[in-house]
Amino acid sequence: MQPTSGARWFTRRQVGFGFRPVTWQGWLITAVAIALVVALLVLLRTSRGIAVVAAVAVLAVYLGTAALLGGVPRAAPAPAPDPLAPPPTSHPTSFTTSPPASFTTSLATAPARVAMLATPSAGLPSPDGAALVVGHLTKRFGERTAFEDVSFTVAPGEVFGFLGPNGAGKTTTARTLGTLIAPTSGSAVVAGIPLLTENGTEIRNRISIMPENPGLYLRLTVIENLELFAGLYGLRHPRPRIDAALEAVNLGARGRDLCGSLSKGLRQRVGLARALLSDPAIMFLDEPTSGLDPVAAREVHDLINDLRQRGVTVFLTTHRLEEAERLCDRVAILNSRLRSVGRTDELREKLFSRSLAVETAAPLAAPDGVFDGATGVEGWRSDGDSSYVLSVTDPRVAAPAVTRALVAAGADVLSIVESRHSLEDVYLELIDEDPEAAAR
Amino acid sequence: MSLDAGRILAVVRKEFRALRRNRFIIGTMTVLPVIFLISPMIEIFRLSPGISEEVVQRLAGSTFLLLMIIPVVVPAAIAAYSVVGEREQGTLEPLLTTPVRREELLLGKAAAAIVPSVGIAYLLFAVVAVCAKLFAADPAVTTALLQSSQVVGEILFAPLLAGWSIWVGIAISSRASDVRVAQQLGTLASLPPLVVVVLIDLQVLTPSVSLALTFAAVLLVADVGMWGVVSAMFDRERLLTGARATSGRSRRAAG
Repeated sequence: MQPTSGARWFTRRQVGFGFRPVTWQGWLITAVAIALVVALLVLLRTSRGIAVVAAVAVLAVYLGTAALLGGVPRAAPAPAPDPLAPPPTSHPTSFTTSPPASFTTSLATAPARVAMLATPSAGLPSPDGAALVVGHLTKRFGERTAFEDVSFTVAPGEVFGFLGPNGAGKTTTARTLGTLIAPTSGSAVVAGIPLLTENGTEIRNRISIMPENPGLYLRLTVIENLELFAGLYGLRHPRPRIDAALEAVNLGARGRDLCGSLSKGLRQRVGLARALLSDPAIMFLDEPTSGLDPVAAREVHDLINDLRQRGVTVFLTTHRLEEAERLCDRVAILNSRLRSVGRTDELREKLFSRSLAVETAAPLAAPDGVFDGATGVEGWRSDGDSSYVLSVTDPRVAAPAVTRALVAAGADVLSIVESRHSLEDVYLELIDEDPEAAAR
Repeated sequence: MSLDAGRILAVVRKEFRALRRNRFIIGTMTVLPVIFLISPMIEIFRLSPGISEEVVQRLAGSTFLLLMIIPVVVPAAIAAYSVVGEREQGTLEPLLTTPVRREELLLGKAAAAIVPSVGIAYLLFAVVAVCAKLFAADPAVTTALLQSSQVVGEILFAPLLAGWSIWVGIAISSRASDVRVAQQLGTLASLPPLVVVVLIDLQVLTPSVSLALTFAAVLLVADVGMWGVVSAMFDRERLLTGARATSGRSRRAAG
């Protein structure tokens, strides 16, 4: 909509004491300010002394406010980019199933450090033993559906991965289960407590949520940040717990640093320490390794594994599929609706037939004759001059039979390996077959 | 509903720490009182002996008005920052994930704003009274400034006006999308209770202890009412997503 000439005049001159009146608040400020000036002028006619003082006071307030606001550091400047942090990748195109050996040297102590924290006392399983039971949960914002008919169960001590494209409703689901957002319909039991109005405080007492942006008070020190949250969780004499939490994330020496002076990676670690403070039964971690260098990310992975061993349920929202594959007992793939839930192996088997990749030194003269008769082989296709992909019922049965058939046919076998589909393949398969994802 | 004093204290401690390191807030709390102190001090020093009773009363009234503006303006600047400032910093969501009740959070923030504001107001009143005692040419000025209605008014009105200003500031801060908007609107919206003080200053109302007590009682009711209104307005879902909960059940669950 084209602004009127009056609107342009006000906007250009920044009437409203420094605030551009482009919103209703700005117009209100401007209107009240004008009314105030008129009132002062009227007052000036009747009571000169008080009017002058009042005018000076009002002007001082607004001019002082405007002047001070010009220099107010409302938010600390963005931290310097972490030179070790990897570039952000939403959907990596290839996976490394095990970390490089050079990353493993400093990590052995992380679980030991976590063990310094007390065993969680808040974890109460739901009546059927699950940490999280979600049934047909739906959240709509007006006409827009954030997520719909989502149902799953998470066992105590399980690391549950929550995957999905941007805008799929992952964070909204986590916020809903964390009682920050109310569901439109459906039900849930969180740490043994039904997701109801009156249970909000009790649920929040038993869980912790670490948003993607750790949201630290940048003008406070690390310890001061943690002291606030220790107080909010009702921890008496919190210092030992704070020290243990900082040790767990390898920040014991940075407690007195202002959070504004920390790199993004270190702030993420402070956020994790904060989430550990209350010994939660369930931790909701939203992209916990975002912005971390590989060593720090690996430390977080070790922390998560250790939390699992201590019986803490972890609800991990992540874009990093290799992270989900490495850490999660099960994953859910969400795209407004839940596409699939299960162990990654189960998902692979459900979506893809099992296969063997065969490579020979030279192309086979009659591959039909070799593969069709082999036990356990359901079909085959060529994957290059001398490479073949065989669909099999069971690789452990088919591989020896195929080897014998190849040798009998006089072929020189270079390799016969089971072809494994990655979680990325599963994810892309599920998302690609979703018409909503295509439109996204 | 039971409130946890430990959680309220944790919020108060954090607010004090944050205020101490906030240049803007410290600037506001320092500069504005000085500005409001200058005018009455000049008037006191300018007075000559033997001035009329009417002039003395007018001076006492205008001084009282200026001193009452302090507990209105200073907490408005702090309170207006309280919610929208947290949202701009990205600290609101982690705060809301904790077991803290909204009433506890709001009380903690209000307490952290009211203590310095009232402290400054009382300090300025003491400074003006001492200066009048020491330097005013006519002792009637000191008598007028320290008459019982003025003292009772100062003691009662400062915290109650500050309370009103804080709740209005927090209410606006909960809905505003920009710190500057919140502070400007908050300052404006907290001024109306000063009308009574202005009427006293203009000698439309005659200052008395009973008037002061009545006005204080009205302010107290207004403050408590505003606390309830602001608590009801403090909706976790709306603060995080900008959207109101879609059903009655939803709104309750997010509370």
